[in-house]
Formats: sequence, C-alpha cells, structure tokens
Amino acid sequence: MKRHLVSAADLSRDDALLILDTAEELAQLSGRAVKKLPTLRGRTVVNLFFEDSTRTKTSFEVAEKRLSADVINFSAKGSSVSKGESLKDTALTLQAMGADAVVIRHHASGAPARLAQSDWLHGSVINAGDGTHEHPTQALLDAFTMRRHLNPGAGHDLAGRRVTIVGDVLHSRVARSNVHLLNTLGAQVTFVAPPTLLPIGIENWPCEISYDLDRVLPKTDALMMLRVQRERMNAAFFPTEREYSRRYGMNGLRLAQLPGHAIVMHPGPMVRGMEITAEVADSPRCTAVEQVANGVSVRMAVLYLLLGGATLADAPADAPRTETVEIAQ
Amino acid sequence: MTAHRDSTPQDQAPRPPHQVLDGTDIARVITRIAHEIVERAKGAEDVVLLGIHTRGVHLARRLHGRLAQITGREIPLGTLDITMYRDDLRLKPARALEHTEIPPGGIDGKLVVLVDDVLFSGRTIRAALDALNDIGRPRAVQLAVLVDRGHRELPIRADYVGKNLPTSLREAVQVRLSDSDGVDAVLVGDRDFTAASRSALTEQGAQAAKPTEPHLPE
Amino acid sequence: MTTYLIRNAQILGGAPQDLLLADGVIKEIGTGLTAVADIEIDATGLVALPGLVDLHTHLREPGREDAETVLTGTRAAAMGGFTAVHAMANTTPVADTAGVVEQVWRLGQEAGYCDVQPVGAVTVGLEGKQLAELGAMHESAAGVRVFSDDGKCVDDAVLMRRALEYVKAFDGVVAQHAQEPRLTEGAQMNEGQVSGELGLGGWPAVAEESIIARDVLLAAHVGSRLHVCHVSTAGSVEIIRWAKGKGWDVTAEVTPHHLLLTDELVRSYDPVYKVNPPLRTAEDVQALRKALADGTIDAVATDHAPHPAEDKDCEWAVAAMGMVGLETALSVVQQTMVETGLLNWEGVADRMSHRPARIGRLAGHGRPISVGEPANLVLFDPAYRGAVNPDSFATRSRNTPYKGLDLPGRVHATFLRGRATVLAGELSEQGGEL
Repeated sequence: MKRHLVSAADLSRDDALLILDTAEELAQLSGRAVKKLPTLRGRTVVNLFFEDSTRTKTSFEVAEKRLSADVINFSAKGSSVSKGESLKDTALTLQAMGADAVVIRHHASGAPARLAQSDWLHGSVINAGDGTHEHPTQALLDAFTMRRHLNPGAGHDLAGRRVTIVGDVLHSRVARSNVHLLNTLGAQVTFVAPPTLLPIGIENWPCEISYDLDRVLPKTDALMMLRVQRERMNAAFFPTEREYSRRYGMNGLRLAQLPGHAIVMHPGPMVRGMEITAEVADSPRCTAVEQVANGVSVRMAVLYLLLGGATLADAPADAPRTETVEIAQ
Repeated sequence: MTAHRDSTPQDQAPRPPHQVLDGTDIARVITRIAHEIVERAKGAEDVVLLGIHTRGVHLARRLHGRLAQITGREIPLGTLDITMYRDDLRLKPARALEHTEIPPGGIDGKLVVLVDDVLFSGRTIRAALDALNDIGRPRAVQLAVLVDRGHRELPIRADYVGKNLPTSLREAVQVRLSDSDGVDAVLVGDRDFTAASRSALTEQGAQAAKPTEPHLPE
Repeated sequence: MTTYLIRNAQILGGAPQDLLLADGVIKEIGTGLTAVADIEIDATGLVALPGLVDLHTHLREPGREDAETVLTGTRAAAMGGFTAVHAMANTTPVADTAGVVEQVWRLGQEAGYCDVQPVGAVTVGLEGKQLAELGAMHESAAGVRVFSDDGKCVDDAVLMRRALEYVKAFDGVVAQHAQEPRLTEGAQMNEGQVSGELGLGGWPAVAEESIIARDVLLAAHVGSRLHVCHVSTAGSVEIIRWAKGKGWDVTAEVTPHHLLLTDELVRSYDPVYKVNPPLRTAEDVQALRKALADGTIDAVATDHAPHPAEDKDCEWAVAAMGMVGLETALSVVQQTMVETGLLNWEGVADRMSHRPARIGRLAGHGRPISVGEPANLVLFDPAYRGAVNPDSFATRSRNTPYKGLDLPGRVHATFLRGRATVLAGELSEQGGEL
C-alpha cells in the first residue's frame, strides 16, 4: 500500500481486499466486552477538519480510539486556521507535535494530495473527503457493505456485481471514489443523473451513463443514492425539487422494481423526500445505518495497515523516504 | 542460495536440519496431551481450545479430534490471532490479520487451553494472554505446545509439552504440519541454514503456501 | 557612451556578421569590421534578434511590491531579452488615471533596464461599470495606447463597444481578457476530462470563445482595432482566423506556457500550474502553435504574473493564478516553435518583437536590424541546455512552472538603445535614467 490514502485510485485490488478482509476481522470487535485493541498505543492521530462533518469525524475518532491511538481533534472552526493560518503552517504545527497520521477533511479538492506531497509533515495522510474530489474511506465502507450482501467471504471481490449510483455525481466525492474502487474490485458501475449533474468528460470514465432510473433498476444489485442539496436548484441544475424526486428519487414503487436481493445504499446524510422517501430509507433493504457501523471497521483497518507496523516515524531521520507501506507476509 | 554450500569449509557450513519428530511421533504426542488434559481438567467439562495462528490452529484441531474420541463430546474449539497484541509490531511492516473465532459459548468462566506449536521466548503467549483479557474472563488459562525449546524471556511455562527440545540460539526449530506444509515433522537446524532454505523454498514457490516461522528470538 | 563591436552574430539566424553599436544606434553591419570599440563581444554561435517586446506583463507596482517592483520586473525582462514591456493595469491603485500610468512609466525610466509602456484600465477600478479616462492616459507622459481590464473581462457588450469606438480617436486598442464571468464562476482549471476527475471547478473553453466571437463582431461593427489577450483554446484560434479572413483588424497573443503545458499537470494539485486562462489540452497546445506559426496569432506575450511564495504554497483553491515568464519566454519559444520547425528565427523576431511593437504602437521597438536603427538587440545562445533554476531569476517571485525542466537557449546579452542591460548572461548594474 502507499503511505497515504488520498485517492481510491491509489489502491490496487490486493490493497483493497486486504483492507476489506482486515475490516472484516476488526468488525468482530464491536461484539466484544472490551471494544479496544492496544495496537496503536503511542501513535498520535490528528483529525484535521476544515469542514463540519459530525459523522465522518466521529467514525474516525471511534476507530482511532478502538485502536488505542492518541487522538487530537483539530477543528478549523474557532482555531487559528479560521484566522488566516495557512494549511502549510497548520501542517508544520502538527508535524512539530509529532503527528503519526493526519486525517484531513477539507473543502478544497486536492488539499490532502497537497499535504501528502509536501514536506510539511512526515506522517501518513488519510483523506476524509476533499471538496468535490474524493472520499476513499467512504468508498471502502460502501464496498465492504456491498461485499457482505452480494459476495460475502474473505478474499472475495465484487466481480460482475452491478452498482447503480444515482444523483449529484458532479459535486460528489463519494461517486468519484466509488467509481475507482468498484472498478478495481470488478463491479460494473452505472451513473444515473440529469445531464446537468454529470461532469464533463464522464464518457471516458470506466462506467455506464443513464438518464433513466427506471430502466436501470431491474439490472441493479446495489443502488446507491447520493445526496442532492436543495441549493443546486437555485443554480439551475434542475427545475424544482418535485421534478427531481419524480425523475431521480427513490420511492416505494421503484423499490419494487429492484431485484429481490438488491440493496439500497446511502452515504448520508439523507435528504428525505428529495432523493429518497422515508418508506425506502426505513425499509430493511436500506443499508444506511449498517454503512455507518461498517465505516468504523473499515477506518480501523486503514489506520492499522498504515500505522500498525513500522512507519517512517520509527525510521532514523536520514533513512530514505518511500511512498509505499509494505504488508508483511 | 544453497548451491554453493559445498564450497564453504565443513566446520563453518550451516548444518542441514535433522528431524526430531516424525508424523507418528506427532500423532502420539497429541494423543498424550489430550489424555493429560482430560485427566487434569477432570473430564475436560469446561475446556475451550484456542489455537494460536498459524500452526497452533492446526494442532488445536487435531487435539480437538482426539478429545472427541476420548470424551465422546465436542470440546469448544476456536482460533486466536494475536497480531494486534504483539510487542514487535513496529519492527516490521503491518501484518495481515488472521481469523479470530471465539466459540459461541465464549470463554467466561471456562478453562481455556491455548495451543501453539513452539514455545520459545514466551512473547507470543504474553500477547495471547492480553488478547484473552479483552475477550473475557476465563476460570483459568493453560498452555499446550508441541515443542518447548527453552530460552524464555518472560515468566511463562507450558502446562502440556509434546517434547522438550534443548536448543542453542544458533538453531532454528521448524514445525511442519500436513495442513499447511504437506508433511508432519519437527526439524532442528542451524538458523543460517534454515533462513537459506526458506528463501530457496520461496523462490521455487515450493509446496508450502507460507514458509515455516523459524522461531527466532523476537 | 560605451561602444560595442559584436563579432560573428547570426542576425535572425543568418550567416555570421559583425555589428557596431554606438550612439544608441546600429552604426555598421558587415563581415570583418575594422572599427575599434570599447568592448568587443565574440558572438560566435549566437543569434541576434531585435529586442523583444512583451504585450502583457504584470509588474505589480504600485501595491504588491512584495511580488514584484518595476525595477525587479524590468531586470527580469532584460534577462529574458526584452527591451520593452507593457505593464498591466491591475495594480493597487488601478492604473486607470493619468497619474498612475505616469508613475509607472517614470519608474521604468528610472530603473533603466527596459522601456515600460503602461497599459491603462478600460474601466474605473477594473469594475466594468464606467469608462476610465482613456484620453487623459493617452495624453499623459506615458502615452498610453493599449487599454485592458486584464484579469477581468469587459463583459458588458455596450461598454466594450464604447471602449472600442472611443480609443479610435488616438489609435488606441482594447486588449480583452476574454472570460465570460457567469460561465466561470468558481472556475479552477480547464473544464474537461481532468477537471471532472479532480473535482475542480471547470473553466470551459466556450467561456473564452463566446467573448472573442462577440468582440470580433463588435470590432468589425464599429471599425475598431481589437487585441485578444492570451488565447488558450483551439476554438478561439478558429474564430480569430475567421475574423482575420474577413479583413477585420483583430490581433491576438499567446503565452509561452500555453504553447508548452497542458491541464494534465494539474493532477499534481500543485498551484504553480494554476493560471488564468487555465492550461488546456494537448490539442489546444497544438492548435496554438500552428496558429502562431501561420500568423493567426500575432504575438507571444508572457503574462508574467509574479506572486509571493505564500500565495502558491497552499491548497489549489486559494492559490493565486499566474506564472512568472519573462526569463523563460524565449527558451520556451525555441523549444515549442523553433525546434519543432514551426518558426525560424526570423519568425521569432516577428512574433516577439515586430508585431507586438506594432500592436502597441511602440515607435522605437520592433525595428529591423539594419544600420541607423535603434540598437535594441538581444544575443541569444540557442545551443545552451540547462535546467531552469528559479533561484537565479531576477524577478522577485519564484512561481515558475518550469523549475528543474531542461529548456534550450539562454540570453547572452541585451542592448537597450546601445546600452548593455545584460552582458555575458549577467545583469548590468549600471541601471539609471535612460
């Protein structure tokens, strides 16, 4: 594996399966009396959040604490960051504090990549969502959830499984990370959205495109609904909320068109009544809550694989820096 | 790797490993340990067997089979991966995890018998005890090993020992089990030789999926 | 005044000849000149070109002296072989009055490295609301003839029309930064395959092309001159080619970076590649090279845009747009145009000196290299090969996209009216009033 997790495209098939298999082992922990492992004792992980995100931040924090890491929450709000301190100075500060890893959420696409490539800090950089670029741990937890339902078992991938992703692909970091990872794992991805919410050049992405949700539903094993922000309406991406949900929203009638084994996923937070009706959101086929639980396991796996073994911080200062982390055995 | 071995002076050449236990010996040892467990645990009523990855799991399964024959009952059997509790995690890149499976009845109030192939420094068992501590509260914990080769670095001893094997630190003990290595055998040889033959094995992509842990001091 | 005898220079890449520079002019040209000069320069292997003229330079003074001053910017210009630069109006305060343009012009005179021809703002404060006092700026000591709101587009069609018409009175030209504002809200890079993958806001080619199309029609309608700044797309080239075909008085420039770099570089998220207009695709680069070769694009202009380190040492979204370019322009043109066979050195002189001087109506620049002409010259060593080292730059800023890149050629000497501003690759320290 690479030393950082910035993009889902950084993960080879072996890397991805190793993370999913490790997460599967770590998932057992939630059923134990003591939900804690000593593995990352003495490692310092900083959650550097420039954007509000209670869910992702909490998920990472639980994962870090279950692995006994020292957790520092560095929130941009109310800190010197909001007073004009640059990303560089923040990173230098964290480096001076001895951060072994920085989990970063940033409103600017590419900020984690910048951090990883710079010599501002030496720890691992884990992307917890950057602008409209990527959210790789979300894609991992989505793949983990799909594998459990569609092809359970260690070492299994998602070969041939049909995944339909519906909604605001243009602004979605979840969609971008998912298309990379799902392809790596052998799944077939179809994006469904109004043309205004698909990025230019998407015809060259490794996926199918459709403007017609109803035609795709019967050929879907996993349906992922993306959040659509109401503000998009004012920027003329679609005429009205009502028209959007009629054409692209998930409802009870459409649920019936899915194959019996298919699941409905949502990365949250859901906008009920917009892209998904309460009937679907609360149905047993909707995995939204399960995804949250799986997020902790997947993030533990990523943290363990990046920080659990020997890292740069353990190496002498003059040792050559490598861009990859080897996995023993 | 091994090709030029003949050219080195005889007294300095790493000694090839010699076999100290064969398949029959191993089967006999497992039978004996099973009887000892039944005897000391008074019929093994509350025993839970936990095999420590990798070869401890195979041995625990065999022990489980013998115990079933002796007692006519299914003794709860599980597996334990101690990776996350190792004290040498930072010496190597992160390791892939093995499957930990605690039997449905759990371990609370039970007599847990940990099963491993070689007892050496004791550090693996220390990690296993830490892991157990997070999983539950057994009535007691005992340890069964196929080979005790000495050189303990922690105050740990085995309750059931297949064979005491006095070794020097220059030597390596290799346990091969048919489940993972195609054959049942315990070999002792020079560490250097073992390392060389291991790499030769790996290069040829030989029978074993994973080469035997040479049980070096950790 | 120091006299120079230049031996064996290849004038516009031709056969070696000697040149004698004295009294600010070219006194003699020939082989085996016997004249005695204060300094003799062995120019064997060097190409002699007329002093380069940049239509598009940001000198940042007044207001952002931390990025560049007229002095440091003109020293960089001299190092790049330039003898005249057009200083863009987006300073603080904006160069929208006679006072500001005269100040910039005078700072250039005092520095003495390169003629500084201020560009006046089209609208007050670059705000696109009200015409600035274009006539007053023209009548000032600076004698402004080029007007631009560069950095911002004059997107109001009526205002643009009026500006085009108004400057006819004194043979002025409006240099338009073509960028449809609504289509580029939140734009971070070229809109295309790469922007989609990187999740960066797209700056579509159509936002440039639609404005150029409108402007050439407006210029034709009112019979005015139009200059199009930093053309960056293949579509823009087509529109300009069409307009020129109609006989309309439209000129255009391209930057060195748009002749070499593509938006693939943005994948690194390194803001050194953030520029406006953005780096485009390889197809656009090829179309721009071809257009410069066939004359559809008239000039290479650097859009030299210095920024302090902190404005680039940050995440992409908050980084400033622009690249420094004065000191690498000729090397990039050699690599992209000369070594590809698209232009010879005569062509380079035309696109980097003659035509830009004509567009800016600069009388003493862009002249032929012949006896009696002002001695504005550059001696360029095209055989040199070396990695770009920003630490050696004369500009105050270091935001070059070419750091560490092997580029061909380097300036050996630059003469401004017979005075060496650069000699043997080193800046002359004499400076002073011209």
